Amino acid sequence: MLDTGDNTKKMTIIVTKGTLDWAYPPFILGTTAAAMDVEVTMFFTFYGLGLLKKDLDLKISTLGNPAMQMPMGGMHMSMPNIVSMVPGVDRMATTMMKNLIKKKGVASIEDLREAAVESEVRIIACQMTLDLFELDKKDMIDEIEIGGAATWMEEAAKSDINLYI
Amino acid sequence: MADQTLDAKGLNCPLPILKTKKMIKGMTAGQILEVMATDPGSIADMTAFCNQTGNELLSQSNEGDVYTFEIKVA
Repeated sequence: MLDTGDNTKKMTIIVTKGTLDWAYPPFILGTTAAAMDVEVTMFFTFYGLGLLKKDLDLKISTLGNPAMQMPMGGMHMSMPNIVSMVPGVDRMATTMMKNLIKKKGVASIEDLREAAVESEVRIIACQMTLDLFELDKKDMIDEIEIGGAATWMEEAAKSDINLYI
Repeated sequence: MADQTLDAKGLNCPLPILKTKKMIKGMTAGQILEVMATDPGSIADMTAFCNQTGNELLSQSNEGDVYTFEIKVA
């Protein structure tokens, strides 16, 4: 249902991360591009495969996010890496993030993913990493294709925009 | 006056654009869609969306923190 023609722009996104915060850029860019008549292919590999599961349970961690500053009590609280060691902290950070998302009217990943499927974004799951992590296609949403690097490459060679996230 | 209205108040990027696109799909050429949003980013976004898709941004205005756009469907 894209309005495509000879001048249609194409974009591919390689999605390699599976945390809640990293899920947003690919899905926002992919759905927005599709809404702007760009033909989009998203190639999910490694931890990005987690974003294709039927039941999403996405998390964030304070570890490895030294720039993370959560709005708390009117201020911004830095989250040092070491805090991640304390039991329950990552779970709390995840809950805090999910609450912020709801409060600020930001779309859920479930909704963005559904919008991607609806706008006929081509969703490809990397065969090799499905195999590597022993993930079952049955656990993924139905609207995916299975492919390898060459599948992405063919699209990328024809695309105006190729992103690695 | 607007043939359809979209209330995107309280919604953050990219929802105003996604919902605008969805509404436009169900409209015919020449019809007017009025979109209301509170997301300040939507000003630049609506302009970019219209430039890219060929829908015409007839007007944009704001009252307080509510931005109103009138888009003519291409």
